[in-house]
Amino acid sequence: MLAIKLAFKNLLGAGLRTWLNVIVLSFAFVLIIFYNGMIDGWNRQARNDTQNWEIGSGQFWHPAYDRFDPYTIAESNAVISKDIQDLIDDDKLTPVLIRQATLYPQGRLQSVLIKGVDPNQKVLELPTADIQNSQNKYAAIIGKQMAKSTKLNVGDKVLMRWRDKNGTFDAHEIEIVSIFKCDVPTVDNGNIYLDIKTLQDMTTLQDQATMLVAHREYENTKLEGWEHKNLGFLLAEFDKIIESKKGSGLILQSILLILAMLAIFDTQVLSIFRRQKEIGTYIALGLTRAKVVGIFTVEGAAHSILAAIVGAIYGVPLFIYLSKNGIYYGTSAQDAGMNIPMAETLYPYYSVGLVITSIIIVVVAATIVSYLPARKISKMKPTQALKGKIQ
Amino acid sequence: MDIIKITDLVKKFPVGNGHFTALNQISLTFGEGEFAGFVGPSGSGKTTLLNIIGSLDTPTEGNAIVLDKSISELSHKQSAKLRNQHIGFIFQTYNLLPVYTVYENVEFALLLQNLSGSVRKKAVLEALEWVGLTDKIKSKPAQLSGGESQRVAIARAMVKKPKIVLADEPTANLDSKNSHNILQTMLKLNEELKTTFIFATHDEKVMKYLKRKISLADGKVVGDEMI
Ligand SMILES: Nc1ncnc2c1ncn2[C@@H]1O[C@H](COP(=O)(O)OP(=O)(O)OP(=O)(O)O)[C@@H](O)[C@H]1O
Ligand SMILES: [Mg+2]
Repeated sequence: MLAIKLAFKNLLGAGLRTWLNVIVLSFAFVLIIFYNGMIDGWNRQARNDTQNWEIGSGQFWHPAYDRFDPYTIAESNAVISKDIQDLIDDDKLTPVLIRQATLYPQGRLQSVLIKGVDPNQKVLELPTADIQNSQNKYAAIIGKQMAKSTKLNVGDKVLMRWRDKNGTFDAHEIEIVSIFKCDVPTVDNGNIYLDIKTLQDMTTLQDQATMLVAHREYENTKLEGWEHKNLGFLLAEFDKIIESKKGSGLILQSILLILAMLAIFDTQVLSIFRRQKEIGTYIALGLTRAKVVGIFTVEGAAHSILAAIVGAIYGVPLFIYLSKNGIYYGTSAQDAGMNIPMAETLYPYYSVGLVITSIIIVVVAATIVSYLPARKISKMKPTQALKGKIQ
Repeated sequence: MDIIKITDLVKKFPVGNGHFTALNQISLTFGEGEFAGFVGPSGSGKTTLLNIIGSLDTPTEGNAIVLDKSISELSHKQSAKLRNQHIGFIFQTYNLLPVYTVYENVEFALLLQNLSGSVRKKAVLEALEWVGLTDKIKSKPAQLSGGESQRVAIARAMVKKPKIVLADEPTANLDSKNSHNILQTMLKLNEELKTTFIFATHDEKVMKYLKRKISLADGKVVGDEMI
C-alpha cells in the first residue's frame, strides 16, 4: 500500500519522462489489443460463416470420401437410410451429393463440383430454395466468384457433362437461376448447386448422398455407416492460418513492447542512480532493503498501470468504433485470390480475456524490467547511498 | 543504565590495497536523556561513529551495543527494525521526500509500525506541534525554507518517540536564527521526552547547547567533557 502510493506520487512527480514512457507503452497495449481483436473478430466471423454456409455443427462423411482427393468422389456415396431420412425431415441433417462435372461456358471448358442439395433444407444458409422456385429441373445456383470466373449470369444456360454411376458420359444444359454472395470460398469457388433429386437422377444414384451436414443445434456425433467430422477437423486449415497470423503479429507487438520496456529500464537505472540519497533515507527511516527494492519495482511497474489508463482513453473509443463499424477492406480476400474465408468488412472482437491477457503481459513485463535495476539497491551501503556517492 | 555502550571500536575502510582507519579504539557509553555531540575537525570520524550507532554501518573490530543489541550481529531486517522503532535521524540536507507533503513526510516514519490511522494522525499532529509547523501540513518540501525543512525532519525523527536521535550537522545549512530555533526545539524535546540526542558537528552554536562534548581527532576520542 505504502509502496503503491509512493510509486504513483513519484511517477507523477517525474513529469514528462514518465508520460513519454507511458505513451510508448500505451501504444504497445493498444496495438496488441487492436491486432488480436482483429484476428479474433475475423476468426469468429469466418467460423460463423463457414458453419452457417457449409459445415453446421459438423459433417457426416461417407467413409470413402476425402475432400482433397477428387478420385474418391465417384465411390463416396451411400443410400440414405430411413432413420437418417427422419432426421433430414426433422431439419437436423441435410444431405449433399457431390459429383465431378465439366462445364462449357462460352465454348471454354471448366471442371466443377456439382453439389446436389435439398431445396427445402434449413440447415445451411445456402439459398437452395431458389432452385425450387424455378420450373426448370436443371436449375442451378452458384456463388458470386464462380459467376465471375465462368462469366455466367442469372438466366444463362450452359452445357454440363458428367458421368453416371457406371462411368458413362451424359450431358445436359443447366440454367443459372440465382447467384449468391458468400464469404466462404469453398462454398463458392468451383461449385454448382443443383437439386439433389436431379443429381441423383442424372447419376442414377437414387436416394444417395456423399455427406450429411448437421444443423448447428444438432449435437449427435454417431450415425451408423457415416464418419463424423467435427469442427476441429473441418476448420483445421483455417485454424492454422489464424495461428500463423497471430504469430506474425507477435513480432511487431514484441518489438514495440521491448522498446517500451527498454525505456522503463533506462528510467529505472537513472532514477536509482539519481535518488541514492532518497534510498539511504528510506533505510535510515527503517525500511528494509527488500522494501526499498519493492518501492522502486512498484514504481517502474506502475508505468504499465498508467499506460493501461492512457491507452484506454484513446483505445476504448477506437475499439468501440471499430467493433461497431468494422474495418472495410474494400475487396474481400477471395477477390484478392486468397482461398480463405474473409468478408469485405471485418468486425474486430475484443474479448475480456484478450484485454486481461494483454494487461497481464504488459504489467508482468514492466515489473520484471523494473525489478532488475532495482535489485542493485539491496547491495548498496546505506552510508554511501546517503552521501549519494555510488557510481 | 547505558543505552549505548561502545567498547574498543575500530572502523577501517578499504582504500586501494590497504585500508584507512577512520575510528581507532573508541570506548564510550551514553545514558538516557543525554544531549551530547561529537566535535572535531573534518575527517575526524564523527559521521562514521554516528552511522555505526545508527546501525547504518558496522564496526570492523570491537563492539557497539545499542539498546542491548550488538550492531555487528544484527541482520538487515533487525537493524531496520531497530532504526524504525528506536532511532531517529536528522541530516544536514534534511532528506525529506519531495513528493510527499509535510504531513506525509512525518507520517512516513509511522507507516511501518502497525498503528491505527487515528493514533497515527494524533502523533503526526503532535510532532508538528512540537516543531511549530501545524500551519504547513499541506506544503511540499520544495515550498519550505531551510529552517522549516529541518523542523519537518525533526518532527519526522521524533514522531515515533525514539530512544535516540542522531543528528549529523543539522545546522550546517541554516542561518544563525534558524539554528538556534531548531536547537531550542531539540533541547526542549530532550528535556520533555528524555530522548538521547547525539550530534556530529563543528558548529559553535551547536556546541553551546551540548551538555556533553566528545572531541574526536584522527579517529580517536581526545576529550569527553560534561558541561
Ligand atoms: N566509505 C569510505 N571509504 C573510505 N574512507 C572513508 C569512507 N567513509 C569515510 N571515510 C574516511 O573516514 C574519515 C572519517 O570520515 P567521516 O565522514 O566520519 O568524517 P567527519 O568527521 O564526519 O568529517 P566532516 O566533518 O567533514 O563531516 C575521513 O577521512 C574519510 O575520508
Ligand atoms: Mg561528517
